[in-house]
Amino acid sequence: MTKRLFMKGNEALAMAAIEAGCRYYFGYPITPQSDIPEYMSRELPKLGGEFIQAESEVASINMLLGASATGVRAMTSSSSPGISLKQEGISYMAGAELPGVIVNICRSGPGLGGIDASQADYFQAVKGGGHGGYHIIVLAPASVQEMYDLTMLAFDLADLYRMPSMILGDSVVGQMKESVIPNKRPERNLPPKDWVVRGKGDGEQRVVKSLYLGDGELEAHNWKLHARYGELKAKEARWEEFMLDDAELVVTAFGSAARIAKSAVMAARDKGLKVGLLRPITLYPFPEKAFLAATERCKKVLDIELNAGQMVEDVRLSVARDAEVFFYGRPPGAGSLPTPEELLEQITNYYV
Amino acid sequence: MQQVFKKPVSLKDVQTHFCPGCHHGTFHRLVAEAMDEFGVQKRTIGVASVGCSVFLYGYFDIDVVEAPHGRAPAVATGVKRARPDAFVFTYQGDGDLAAIGTSEIIHAANRGEDMTVIFVNNTTYGMTGGQMAPTTLVGQRTSTSPYGRNQGKDGAPIRMAELLAQLEGVAFSARVAVNNPKNLMDAKRQIKKAFRYQAEGKGFSFIEALSSCPTNWGMDPIKANERVGTEMCAYFPLGVFKNAADL
Repeated sequence: MTKRLFMKGNEALAMAAIEAGCRYYFGYPITPQSDIPEYMSRELPKLGGEFIQAESEVASINMLLGASATGVRAMTSSSSPGISLKQEGISYMAGAELPGVIVNICRSGPGLGGIDASQADYFQAVKGGGHGGYHIIVLAPASVQEMYDLTMLAFDLADLYRMPSMILGDSVVGQMKESVIPNKRPERNLPPKDWVVRGKGDGEQRVVKSLYLGDGELEAHNWKLHARYGELKAKEARWEEFMLDDAELVVTAFGSAARIAKSAVMAARDKGLKVGLLRPITLYPFPEKAFLAATERCKKVLDIELNAGQMVEDVRLSVARDAEVFFYGRPPGAGSLPTPEELLEQITNYYV
Repeated sequence: MQQVFKKPVSLKDVQTHFCPGCHHGTFHRLVAEAMDEFGVQKRTIGVASVGCSVFLYGYFDIDVVEAPHGRAPAVATGVKRARPDAFVFTYQGDGDLAAIGTSEIIHAANRGEDMTVIFVNNTTYGMTGGQMAPTTLVGQRTSTSPYGRNQGKDGAPIRMAELLAQLEGVAFSARVAVNNPKNLMDAKRQIKKAFRYQAEGKGFSFIEALSSCPTNWGMDPIKANERVGTEMCAYFPLGVFKNAADL
């Protein structure tokens, strides 16, 4: 049996990246994710890998782009303002069909904001973030175990669909300590990387690019990318259901907010209220079918977020036509984390 | 009969899209000759930048990865660290390397990344339509300096080869031109030297290549070629500014 460890979410994530075969890390310090570069700087040299503390977030995402183009597994991590700087490179990676894992341990914004847990980067993560109309895979861990498991999954999905994938955590899941079982990487069939630059040898030239100038070339390229997003939606949507079967009110939340919401749902059950939780694990692809299925019977949804309302737009687009969607959120900052009692009050209000 | 001169195998047999009188094509050839000489074509990964040089992969018969504007040295860092046995070079213009990409070039150079950077300086943003670059000469008129570059307002042109030579991580830094046969032969020597530094694992090598841009300078190719030798060489002196190892 694999040993159970007690560790921080950020450390579990870094450990999982290494278990997934990541040997190249490029990053720049920013709170609350600096445990990740610190872990990688300590462990990667022992494994023959490379850690570079780049001069900026802009440089680090482009180092990731270059390493990924050669076919290796590589990662960068940052927190909200740093992720804004990485958006240029993320768009280029999406355009050039490059895998690679990007971690955003979100802090509160906009601007410099603060280091408190926030979910205000939801739009930026799932709607493209950079220019040009693209998507990346976005996974939202709610526990230290998921920081571990979803990071390994992020590498596989990135390779499988040839696109960047993002772990969207926050300072709560990044900084808290919980027990975690460091599972071995599950077997998965992945396509050969027959597109990487490696020096042409005796073969044909290979080019990794996002520039397409010929008539119709770029449109065809974009349709190809968008077909892949459709495939993702069909095959890779993930979510957790908790006490949904007989629920009269569906509570939905992701990441840290879902942890607090789950406590509130259990408290509501203790009071005899039929309430359940639907927690998206993949934010892109969004689990649309799970929301439709849940709301074909139950017509009320309460969406809870650590922001002023972002995922709620995707919830509204995914529920049954006659379902009512309510929202409760707190824009983040010190002292802004809602309590289970506060959420129970909201649940009670919307239940009637 | 013995063949004494031929097309480098590292170059494709195609016509270039560059404007008449532009020096890009000549620099492409010199870089390809250096690649042939060191026998590195099959293990070379070129990093293309934004601007006229992005079409690198259309002319060089090598693997290429495209970088965002200014970021080629960071992309090349990722490539080289992941594949240390690859031969890696970037090919960047002045708008790319000396403006938006100054941070990336300075830090890649300072880390002493084992790569070669070919920096083509034509004192303007070529593909974008002739706007002012960090290397635009004082008084030079461009589409965004219609009254001529004003040093008090716009700063003085940046001499990248000298600037980078100050950094510990840089093994070799030189400025070359191809405006006449003598300079061309010297450019060929310096590019080969820059490549030898990488081929022998001796660190970061930098070539600043003075180039003409007849279209955006509003000159015919002959006048533009003359300007490289007169105005440009007067401000950007040719020569070797750092030669760390005896090769």
